[in-house]
Amino acid sequence: MYVAVKGGAEAIANSLQLLAQTRRGDPQAADLGVAQIREQLGLAVDRVMAEGALYDRELAALALKQACGDVQEAVFLLRAYRTTLPRFGYARAVDTQAMAVRRRISATYKDLPGGQVLGPSFDYTQRLLDFQLLADGEAPAAPEDAEDPVAPTMPGVLQHLDRDGLIEPSPADDATETPADVTRAPVTYPAGRDTWLQMLARGDEGYLLALAYSTQRGYGNAHPFAGEIRLGEVAVGFVPEELGFEVEIAEVTLTECQMINQFQGSEAAPPQFTRGYGLTFGHNERKAMSMALVDRALRSRELGEQLVAPAQDQEFVLAHSDNVEASGFVQHLKLPHYVDFQSELVMLRELRRRFHESRYTREAAE
Amino acid sequence: MSANPGIPDTPAASADTEPGGASVSDAVARRQRWMGALAKADPGELAEHWAGLSELPGWQRLRAPEAGMVMTRGRIGGDGQRFNLGEVTVTRCTVRITDGAEQGLTGHAYVMGRDNTHAERAAVLDALLQEASWAARLERTVIRPLLAAATARRTAAARKAGATKVNFTTVTRGED
Repeated sequence: MYVAVKGGAEAIANSLQLLAQTRRGDPQAADLGVAQIREQLGLAVDRVMAEGALYDRELAALALKQACGDVQEAVFLLRAYRTTLPRFGYARAVDTQAMAVRRRISATYKDLPGGQVLGPSFDYTQRLLDFQLLADGEAPAAPEDAEDPVAPTMPGVLQHLDRDGLIEPSPADDATETPADVTRAPVTYPAGRDTWLQMLARGDEGYLLALAYSTQRGYGNAHPFAGEIRLGEVAVGFVPEELGFEVEIAEVTLTECQMINQFQGSEAAPPQFTRGYGLTFGHNERKAMSMALVDRALRSRELGEQLVAPAQDQEFVLAHSDNVEASGFVQHLKLPHYVDFQSELVMLRELRRRFHESRYTREAAE
Repeated sequence: MSANPGIPDTPAASADTEPGGASVSDAVARRQRWMGALAKADPGELAEHWAGLSELPGWQRLRAPEAGMVMTRGRIGGDGQRFNLGEVTVTRCTVRITDGAEQGLTGHAYVMGRDNTHAERAAVLDALLQEASWAARLERTVIRPLLAAATARRTAAARKAGATKVNFTTVTRGED
């Protein structure tokens, strides 16, 4: 028997109203503007754009405000919004070599063309709470501008190694092949590297961080070096159908990570360094590094390495990387399961009845 | 699936070279320059320059401003096989000039973000910039200031980054 249940509409309406009020918090405190979030919580904005897979700083800031700062909820909002927009087409691939660099570091070469540019980073802080920020502070002064600006373009660090054949080249592009697009076609396994890089770029940062960490701790032999990490702005070129020539339609901030890993060599290839690649929207260094480590782990099959660790298991890694999907399936358990649970109760009571009956029968027989 | 399947996306292809190898005409190169300047401009910045323009002819919308997305792409290793990275919001608009000497000229705009007014203004300016009588004036009052502001921002950022460049010094140890 199934009994339809109605009700709850009023409770839901009130719940939504209460959420809105809770979001606002104490009205004595100033209302937080979207522009303030965009400018002052920029790294949260960047994470929402990366995992929401939509570059729009204003919308990501709005999503964060609406979600009371819940990053995954904000990602969900952005993903839902993007389904309402038409797709005009595919851009030309960005040229990260031509990036206007604001930060570029290498852990493999001390001296490199363009130098080590630290940029804005938490890396050199001591992680002590700054109680001055508790008070209403004035805008801090920027460092004095350098006489020499950083070079307008910087060659990649890995080109040094590339010249000597000590490192594998990037996989060549085939202009006749259209890169896989997981927003248009379901993923089939084994997936290509283009597929998984798109999935990792939009994947959950915490999840990728944990997987990357696992490869360092021995679940998969990583031996990585941070060959190069760069942060800066690149132009997005697009060829509108009606024009037939390329126009730079946007400028986006990206973080790129080139990870270098040992490779023992095989019968077909001499020992050389191999590479893992990470690229994300915004300033997302932890994510870009994690992505590069996981990218390399996922290449184990291609490189003929033993598949022994979770991070090397494509289907496991990729099928669980999307936090909108993961969050949806975990949280769907909150939906009413009254009938399912009733049926389990009935079954459990029957099993227990039989268990006790058979025990009495055994005891009577003894 | 690509909106422009006929155009290969090879690393060798640069802004001034068509896939076939033929040089892009000067007219196209000039248009690429101003369209890029208009697309990447801050809407408020363009609005200021727009406010300074007088005697603009009338125009009609052939395609009303429409917000959408373009899928950005990266390359494996920075220079290899392409992959899809994520989308960026873009607004497009197409107009035709309806009076004056420029009558009949069509202008297109694809601009970053979701600002309809910005896209429409960029489309009108794209149309007028194709007309010699407007080109010099708009170049002076709109395009050059936009490009100069962008260069200034970029240089300022590069100087700030330059202040964080490490100067290694070697400390000599031991006796010689």
